[in-house]
Amino acid sequence: MTLTRQEIEKVAFLARLILTPEELDEMTGQLGRVLEYMALLNEVDTEGVEPLAHAVEFANVFREDHVEKSLDREVALANAPHRDDECYLVPAVLGDV
Amino acid sequence: MSMGDRPYKIVIGLEVHVQLLTESKLFCGCSTKFGAPPNTQTCPVCIGMPGVLPVMNRKAFELAVKTGLALNGEIARFSKWDRKNYYYPDLPKGYQISQYDLPICRGGYLDIPAEDGEGTRRIGIIRVHLEEDAGKSMHDEKAGRADSRIDLNRAGTPLLEIVTKPDLHSPTEAKTFLTELKLLLNYLEVSDCNMQEGSLRVDANINLHIPTDDGGHVATPIVEVKNMNSFRAVERALTYEAQRQYEAFLETGHKLGDVPKQTRGWDEDAQITRPQRSKEESSDYRYFPEPDLVPVTITEEELERIRATLGELPAEIRRRLQTTYQITAYDSDVIVNQGRAFVDYYCRLAQGCGDGKMAANWVQQDVLRTLNERQWTIAQFPVSADNLAELLRKVRAGELDTAKARMVFAEMVEQRCSAAEAVQRLGIVQVDEGELRRLCEELVAANPRVVAEVKAGKDKAIGSLVGQAKKRNPNVNPARVKEICLELIQRQA
Amino acid sequence: MTSLNRFPFDTSVTELLVALRDGRVTSQDLVQAALAQIERYDRRVGAFLAVRGEKAMDQAREVDRRRARGEKLGPLAGLPVAVKDNLCMEGEPTTCASRMLARFVPPYDATVVARLKAADAIIIGKTNLDEFAMGGSTETSAFQKTRNPWDLERIPGGSSGGAAACVAARMVPLSVGSDTGGSIRQPAALCGVTGLKPTYGRVSRFGLVAFASSLDQIGPLAQSAEDCALLLEVLAGHDPRDATSINRSVPPYREVISHRPESIKIGYVPEMLSDGVSPDVVRTMEEALNVFRSLGAEIREVRLPHARYAVATYYIIACSEASSNLARYDGVHYGYRTDEKAMLAELAEERRRLQQEGNLAALDDLDTALVRLYRKTRAEGFGAEVKRRIMLGTYALSAGYYDAYYLKALKVRRLIRQDYDRAFETVDMILGPVTPAPAFRIGEKINDPLAMYLFDLFTVSGNLAGIPALAFPAGLSTEGLPIGVQLQGPPLSEERLLQMGHLFQQVTDWHRRRPPLIEDSPQPA
Repeated sequence: MTLTRQEIEKVAFLARLILTPEELDEMTGQLGRVLEYMALLNEVDTEGVEPLAHAVEFANVFREDHVEKSLDREVALANAPHRDDECYLVPAVLGDV
Repeated sequence: MSMGDRPYKIVIGLEVHVQLLTESKLFCGCSTKFGAPPNTQTCPVCIGMPGVLPVMNRKAFELAVKTGLALNGEIARFSKWDRKNYYYPDLPKGYQISQYDLPICRGGYLDIPAEDGEGTRRIGIIRVHLEEDAGKSMHDEKAGRADSRIDLNRAGTPLLEIVTKPDLHSPTEAKTFLTELKLLLNYLEVSDCNMQEGSLRVDANINLHIPTDDGGHVATPIVEVKNMNSFRAVERALTYEAQRQYEAFLETGHKLGDVPKQTRGWDEDAQITRPQRSKEESSDYRYFPEPDLVPVTITEEELERIRATLGELPAEIRRRLQTTYQITAYDSDVIVNQGRAFVDYYCRLAQGCGDGKMAANWVQQDVLRTLNERQWTIAQFPVSADNLAELLRKVRAGELDTAKARMVFAEMVEQRCSAAEAVQRLGIVQVDEGELRRLCEELVAANPRVVAEVKAGKDKAIGSLVGQAKKRNPNVNPARVKEICLELIQRQA
Repeated sequence: MTSLNRFPFDTSVTELLVALRDGRVTSQDLVQAALAQIERYDRRVGAFLAVRGEKAMDQAREVDRRRARGEKLGPLAGLPVAVKDNLCMEGEPTTCASRMLARFVPPYDATVVARLKAADAIIIGKTNLDEFAMGGSTETSAFQKTRNPWDLERIPGGSSGGAAACVAARMVPLSVGSDTGGSIRQPAALCGVTGLKPTYGRVSRFGLVAFASSLDQIGPLAQSAEDCALLLEVLAGHDPRDATSINRSVPPYREVISHRPESIKIGYVPEMLSDGVSPDVVRTMEEALNVFRSLGAEIREVRLPHARYAVATYYIIACSEASSNLARYDGVHYGYRTDEKAMLAELAEERRRLQQEGNLAALDDLDTALVRLYRKTRAEGFGAEVKRRIMLGTYALSAGYYDAYYLKALKVRRLIRQDYDRAFETVDMILGPVTPAPAFRIGEKINDPLAMYLFDLFTVSGNLAGIPALAFPAGLSTEGLPIGVQLQGPPLSEERLLQMGHLFQQVTDWHRRRPPLIEDSPQPA
């Protein structure tokens, strides 16, 4: 499994990261080696094996539909890096991003 | 399926999102109430703060199952949750908890009234699944603000996504489908489907099949149309988009598969659709099973328990009203569209007065008009079905004419009283039959010219006698006066 | 009382609780002792990211007052406890050792923090970790390195490096960590302390900043199995706020610790004592097996055929989940955000350049201000290892690779789980090494991610299977570094694991050995 710089750049965009050219080189090499190692799994026969997504398999956990107290707005917004009195602020969102 | 006047066939599939009628959000206890000041209905869970975990709202799940059953779908015995990963500032976790490969419901259909008014059309449903809503991004361009403001009150509100097959073949049909779906969900008390408050949102996939000389057709590229804010907007946007695609096809010849799927937004002001910018990568949502939630299984007994809560659904009620009360499809439509409580009112009235058609006329004209004028719901309406039935029985018995009955009705609304009481309050005194007959005999005797005219075939002339009778005694029933006078005149002959 | 004064936290927690109850020592004494020990050694060890000196003293005073009034107190009343800094505590910075959360103050308590408070424990501070618990050496912390008290040139292990080091250096008697792929057991082993990774779902994850949600589990670190039992009893239990939490009653772990399980069968995997494992570790394992044999356990060989795939399986699943769990750090709702003005200027400059070059394609592809805000924020807020794992996970989940990586890994995960299920049909628990070697030197593996990942080969499968495992010290290397072993058992077998660990510790003293750092420097008067 070899990775190209273009692939790494595409993944970085998907992950909303931005890499310097040096980081890009380093990442390409390191991830390439890790993925090569992951190829080990190809030797396992998984025909007919159900995927296991949860370590403990049980079902049907619910909460009842009751309203609980929300946070005071000031508390909710206290950690926001950029805000006004009521809202979180971000650079203009116009259409899709 | 006809193309109508168009030189192409339209193919439309809808993706409808409705907000479920729960008190609290899908994964936390914050209220879902509409209209609160920004960011006052949030908590660490719906803000997506580090370390917090979602727990599924039981009611939301049950409403989703209920909807699936009402849409005749297959309810999954095993359903799970998945994360849909994408970045948007109103999506605080960076992923939306949704359902990917095992939705709560698959398949199903909704029958909608056919466009020609005769019978129904069956619109297929592909799937129904539960997911959480995002918050709201607000951008005030006019104020020249550089920033958008984010309100997370809506984040985490339970939504049901209903996806139809591409079975809709005209913009009007799309609108009819939405109307029928809204009605169904109202009846189920699953959603109020209020588009103004965002509790119903719809996107449409549309393309055209253009006939070719060899008897086949070419398909135009599928376009997803968004940003339609009313059922009327859906109809207009799709009408516009169909024509635009046709013209684009004539110009470019592009067929399905020639270009990537496009997303266009409906511009209500300009009444056109415009392309929306979207990056190719943004469609890679990297779905995977939500590790923080466990799957849901449902047994036959639980399904039956939920099925028992469905009640009678609009299509069945329409059929019942038409057969039981002998009313037209149109009348049953109007009544059913007013909701379950209104239907109950109508049925009780029809039974009470013994005339389904008369009851249908009264609820559609007098009752509905009053409700609209006063902004009342049927539950707030002061005249009970039984009281109104009493009034209609008087009309049927000839004790009141329609004009008087309307006066009585108005009095009943104002005074919140029974028909008998209103009649009394208005001083309407029932004229004794003998007295009425004497009055008519006098009039016939005193008006030979009128009598002659009537005899000559001018039935309308009798109106003059009725007018004189009313002058002499305002309580007389004009219809009865007319009847008696005609009878007397005929007897003279 | 003098014995308590010298090294109070050499004493077992059970004894400390008795001393507190009898009035031979006060909570203030213990908190003071903890603060003094931290003051004395932590400049060199670097276990703590934050110490709640005065607040802790205030709380100790309050507990002492309540005790004096004869009020009913919680099971850990007055004891200093350290908490890993990926556990949220209301009103206290919770950083995950990341620049991203350097100034994040949660308005809520993690369930385990709430339980500690309800037990009247005194939370003395927040311990260092690998950034977002991603690492096995505590070197990826954005703020400081934690050093192994046994050799300050070596790593303490990770990611709960601070949690293990502070127990090893006798700064606190009890410490809470989290274990996603060995993050409690590995540092416990490398620092010579005892640590338990409970069954997945036994302890609520609510308020634990998620790394890999299907693998993360909170657990205790202490000097002995007995002390771990005491702490686990407080941490464990069903939580309606965690849908994956197990709804079963919590056994009285401390009370039953001395019960000797009859006819115990302990398995071991011979292959784990061969390729690439240091002779010191092999020797320690053999000795530990002998100890258990001498205690009457029946020792049997078992097979875990898919164990060799555990590291690959683990890193695919853990990174995939992490890529999603860490998407929320985008500079909008909380946490670090890039300098917006500088970012906008940079973007404008790029646009100008592309326009000059007439590069329309690149111009069309240029990030919007919002996208660039995300990317810069995340590029600056996360360290290299976190970025690597986000990249790896994003790749493994992305279109075209999902089946080959993520889905494949989930299937192998089931095979690994089935291996354990089968093994536990013939034995009650499995004894194995925790690490292939003792603690390595700081910087030794930091530039070789794969080598770092492979160091986890004995611990990750327990997380994949969701089973409990107790790591405890069982020897010293020729260089005098601690070596640990672990007992793994079927789901919800914590009680038995603790009993066997306790039994081992009744006949050995590895868990009472002090790091030379402390031996060599007498306590000031």
